[in-house]
Amino acid sequence: MTDTPIIMHEQQFQQLKLILGKLRLESFSRVVFLVDKNGQQIATHGDVGDLDTTSLASLAAGNVAATGGMARLIGEKEFPTLSHEGERESIHICIIGRVLLVVVFDERSSLGLIKLRVKQASRDLSALFEELERLSSERRDREEALFAEITDDDIDSLFN
Amino acid sequence: MTFINYASREINCKIVYYGPGLCGKTTNLQYIYDTTAPTAKGKLISLATETDRTLFFDFMPLELGTVRGFKTRFHLYTVPGQVFYDASRKLILKGVDGVVFVADSQDERMDANIESLYNLEENLQANGYDLSKIPYVLQLNKRDLPNVIPAEEMVSELRRKDEPVHEAIASKGNGVFDTLKSVAKQVLTELRKS
Repeated sequence: MTDTPIIMHEQQFQQLKLILGKLRLESFSRVVFLVDKNGQQIATHGDVGDLDTTSLASLAAGNVAATGGMARLIGEKEFPTLSHEGERESIHICIIGRVLLVVVFDERSSLGLIKLRVKQASRDLSALFEELERLSSERRDREEALFAEITDDDIDSLFN
Repeated sequence: MTFINYASREINCKIVYYGPGLCGKTTNLQYIYDTTAPTAKGKLISLATETDRTLFFDFMPLELGTVRGFKTRFHLYTVPGQVFYDASRKLILKGVDGVVFVADSQDERMDANIESLYNLEENLQANGYDLSKIPYVLQLNKRDLPNVIPAEEMVSELRRKDEPVHEAIASKGNGVFDTLKSVAKQVLTELRKS
């Protein structure tokens, strides 16, 4: 089945940023971001600098999709976490339902600490996304009206 | 799957360029990348082999402008065209909002076009989509080559519904933006209808 769109509102977005901020602080990581499984970046927190987070989001999703494909070939549902360790910077990815929590960290932290803190944050994020799903279906009717007002001229104007 | 962020007022959509090996999917993206203002695009990521064949996907984010106060961002992907990369193609179609099928107009590639189109229908179904219902455009590429099949013949063989058809020479940019506009319009129209 196809997924329903993720619709993010101000209040949930702020809650999300709080969770990511707390995770970043407690895990001593460089940057933390949330991506949907299709590669769309949802939220970022931390020292982004010149990091191309859009590309990183797309590649993280591709990475999870590819390893998930491998998992199914050997009879596993998925590999819920992925870690890539570099000389200076490392990446830890955790699958939480339909989203991916991506943590970039360096020698100021350790994989053990990251895994521990990510596990705690995963619970908060799962709860938040459950609430988001519930609110999305409740509000869908009202919000669809906004997009129903998009005219052909609006669309054409994008290409002029 | 469209991602609507009311907090940052953004709409994000995913468009996938599909087609047989060497039909010009990456060339379409490369042309869009080369001719778009730096402020409207991100990096073009190519996961390719050493011989520049797409291994997993190409990706580029493109910002088209604002609709009703919402920034519209399109994430453009290509799939690897070679037959044996089918598992990767299936993965990339996940969450797609619109598809461009790039057909190679050369006579000797017609069988490959047909095979790839069947493969697209199968892989869409595997992801829970129906080609007849999603935003879709057919591009007839490489129209400048000497051994091309007449456009009408290709259309009668490859057209699956009333989708827009664009003749193109992606290496020179002909038809590239027309194709993109066509599919982007359908995606936004779908959002309005949904």
